[in-house]
Amino acid sequence: MENLIALLVAAPLLGAAVLLCGGRRLDAVGHLIGTALASVSFVIGAILFADMLGKDAEHRAMAQHLFSWIPVEGFQADVAFQLDQLSMTFVLLITGVGSLIHLYSIGYMEHDERRRRFFGYLNLFLAAMLLLVLADNYLLLYVGWEGVGLASYLLIGFWQHKPSAATAAKKAFLVNRVGDMGLSIAIMLMFTTFGTFAFGPVLEATGETGEGKLTAIALMLLLAACGKSAQVPLQSWLGDAMEGPTPVSALIHAATMVTAGVYLIVRSADIFNAAPDAQLVTTVVGAVTLLFGAIVGCAKDDIKKALAGSTMSQIGYMILAAGLGPIGYVFAIMHLVTHGFFKAGLFLGAGSVMHGMNDEVDMRKYGGLRKYMPVTFVTFGLGYLAIIGFPGLSGFFSKDKIIEAAFAKGGTEGWILGSVALLGAAITAYYMTRVMLMTFFGEKRWQPDENGHEPHPHESPRSMTIPMIVLAFGSVFAGGFFSIGDRFVHWLEPVTEHAHGHPPVSATTVTLATMVVLVIGVALAYVQYGRRPVPVVAPRGSVLTRAARRDLLQDDFNHVVLVRGGEHLTRSLVYVDHTLVDGVVNGTAASMGGLSGRLRKLQNGYARSYAVSMFGGAAILIAATLLMRAV
Amino acid sequence: MSAQLAAHSTSLAAYSTSTGEAFQFWILGTVAVIGALCTVFMKKAVHSALCLAGTMIILAVFYLANGAYFLGIVQVVVYTGAIMMLFLFVVMLVGVTAADSLKETIKGQRWLALLCGLGFGILLCAGIGNASLSEFNGLAQANSGGNVEGLAALIFTKYVFAFEITGALLITAAVGAMVLTHRERTERAKTQRELAEERVRANKQLPPLPAPGVYARHNAVDIAGLLPDGTPSELTVIKTLRDRGQIRDVSNEAIKDLKALEQRSEERLGREEREEEAAK
Amino acid sequence: MNPVNYLYLAALLFTIGATGVLIRRNAIVVFMCIELMLNACNLAFVAFSRMHGNLDGQIIAFFTMVVAAAEVVVGLAIIVSLFRSRHSASVDDASLMKL
Repeated sequence: MENLIALLVAAPLLGAAVLLCGGRRLDAVGHLIGTALASVSFVIGAILFADMLGKDAEHRAMAQHLFSWIPVEGFQADVAFQLDQLSMTFVLLITGVGSLIHLYSIGYMEHDERRRRFFGYLNLFLAAMLLLVLADNYLLLYVGWEGVGLASYLLIGFWQHKPSAATAAKKAFLVNRVGDMGLSIAIMLMFTTFGTFAFGPVLEATGETGEGKLTAIALMLLLAACGKSAQVPLQSWLGDAMEGPTPVSALIHAATMVTAGVYLIVRSADIFNAAPDAQLVTTVVGAVTLLFGAIVGCAKDDIKKALAGSTMSQIGYMILAAGLGPIGYVFAIMHLVTHGFFKAGLFLGAGSVMHGMNDEVDMRKYGGLRKYMPVTFVTFGLGYLAIIGFPGLSGFFSKDKIIEAAFAKGGTEGWILGSVALLGAAITAYYMTRVMLMTFFGEKRWQPDENGHEPHPHESPRSMTIPMIVLAFGSVFAGGFFSIGDRFVHWLEPVTEHAHGHPPVSATTVTLATMVVLVIGVALAYVQYGRRPVPVVAPRGSVLTRAARRDLLQDDFNHVVLVRGGEHLTRSLVYVDHTLVDGVVNGTAASMGGLSGRLRKLQNGYARSYAVSMFGGAAILIAATLLMRAV
Repeated sequence: MSAQLAAHSTSLAAYSTSTGEAFQFWILGTVAVIGALCTVFMKKAVHSALCLAGTMIILAVFYLANGAYFLGIVQVVVYTGAIMMLFLFVVMLVGVTAADSLKETIKGQRWLALLCGLGFGILLCAGIGNASLSEFNGLAQANSGGNVEGLAALIFTKYVFAFEITGALLITAAVGAMVLTHRERTERAKTQRELAEERVRANKQLPPLPAPGVYARHNAVDIAGLLPDGTPSELTVIKTLRDRGQIRDVSNEAIKDLKALEQRSEERLGREEREEEAAK
Repeated sequence: MNPVNYLYLAALLFTIGATGVLIRRNAIVVFMCIELMLNACNLAFVAFSRMHGNLDGQIIAFFTMVVAAAEVVVGLAIIVSLFRSRHSASVDDASLMKL
């Protein structure tokens, strides 16, 4: 059974190689090959899952050693896989959602002449992501980490003819580099501290290591997670990443890749457990991002960017949960999985809407679409109910647990974190209701574009609706399935450990409070967008709204602090280089030149002058000899 | 008699020298230094050469006084006789009358040279004074078998290789001197006819070069002939003298002579006129 | 009189010769000064020979003379060819060794 693990990675990798190297003759079947290989990977994952379920909880982890990658004395890096319950969860999520999105892309990318290449990139992404979650050491994880970064870059910039897409791809890549730097530093620290990168030995050795070092490693890992998962302060790339095709936004920038940071933290649970300071920082990052993304999501009129803000916010929940320690790890992953379902479904729904509206993304130009796209409306609506935490749906279970765990953190921190999570839930309800109302309710607000083409909203083809339906099922039932009888907790417990938190107020109170804020959020949105007609041109709005439209000035902040600062730093360095370094170099050269110019005058060509120097030298030699004798 | 004298002088030379030798040293040493200084400071190379020859002869005398009889003779024969004559030959070739200007052209060279010389001399003397020269063995024993025999014994035994190598050096020097001074004639010598044709083609000096000298009194080769207007023509002097700048200009003299001649003849004519008047 | 005086005389002559080499421009005179220096050395060698009581010093002086003879031959040949090409025996005229 273990030998199947490599096939999980190999299938999409093969697909990527074939599709990217195959050339035009594969144009006709490229999408089928890509989808088939993604599905193969999913089937293998399912087989392994079934096998795993057949064993008892403690013996479910599997490992496969492929080959020694860098066999050097004192530096051992292997290409080896480990498949435990945590990895298994990710494998199923990645291959499952991935296969569905492959299927969806067949329809969505039908008219794109570079569809084969698109599927090649998608397969490459799947391979890299699977490598990331299956690696049994940090170095191999880093390979997958960079691989998904590359795939993300290629896919955001897939429509490279649009300057905005090319810029967004570059931005995502650059911001991710900052996080990658953190991961590489963390790995170097691990090597110097533990002498190895393998998960097992590293995590076992945490007990005997000083807290300072562990805090440093954990903070570096957190930096990496911030980069990949778009957490404050490295969040700015995610909104722009929506320039990519919508399936990419669904797969990579909602369901899977952006959750890699959560995976990294949960995988390194032992390190974080031993570094409480780093955990605190993690929770703060999560809480700040949670609010940040939610506020941004409230102000965006671009449907995908509103969803991107939501993604940021939801991942903030996960990071917050992961920062809570053993009481939160399981819920972080659970929310990750349910979020994978409903957010992918929401994105696919958004893609379907755009597909029917001539790629219009401005929600102010939608309205009343429920009549034109019933399937999209229903699936999107279910996803919407799931994300706001409507009782009984996925988001209800997972988010509620996180809020509970935040309160259970205890003390003032617990109260603050719990309140922030609650507030986030209210804002989530508000902005998702806003999206829902602006898109599917009210009057139709679309107009003919400048060429006179009026959009004719229509339902999407079967290949797009089926994945949406499947994901809607997941959005509805996954949470309940996981939570009833604490199935998910028992499933993950052997890997992440689990401690039951004891919130200062009862779980029922928390649930009730969540319900109350949910209703408040929905009601507010309804009053604002459901009862009144939505203006086609966005009103100027308050200061907060305008700031939120500009992503709460994140780019301005980056520009002022990093770009300007960098420019000034560079200029001052250039100045120092020109005056000091060049001055020293040129000064040396000039003084040597001047000196030699003077010395050159000694070379007057007259033999007699040379003879004087010889004679003088002889005199000095005699003087030296006499002196030596005298001494 | 001479052998006895030599033995006597050498035995005396053990720790101190005889009064005669001291007398000789101070007199001749002074002359030698003056000769050396004259060698350096004489304007004409010939004078320098003669002063140097004098210094060398005095050195030969000192060699003899120091028991180096063979070297003393060789010094006179080889140095003063052969080498200095060679010098004189070259001096003649370059121009015996040419006087050098002693004005220094390189800035600071003279002062530097004097400073270095002074310093060097003082240091050298200090070195000699500092050296432990208390022992003074004399050559009585070494010269007992005769100076020339002693030298020969050393040259052909201990220093035989050096001797052979100096032979090779001399041969090389002779060949080198020949190579340096020899000029290979790379083209056929021109015939008289070709030279005449060349002259016509160049159209500069068609007739043969004029003869030097003017009037019967100045037909020396270094005096330029006068043109009809009284100016000297350098063409009349051979190229070597022209290159050396050794042309004597007598044009003014000649005109002066002419004036004097005219005056004298006028005086005589006047006297004759008076005599004629008196006769009348 | 102490025979060391011969050495002082040799030093004096050598110094005069060396200074002459530096001061004079006429190549022939420069050459004569070099001969003067060599002769001063020879005098020193002869004096040393007498001090040490062996003939090695005289042998060296003898060799010096031979070498001086060879040197004079070559040197004068150089002066002659120099004069032929430049019509001057001044050492300053041959100052091509400059930048």
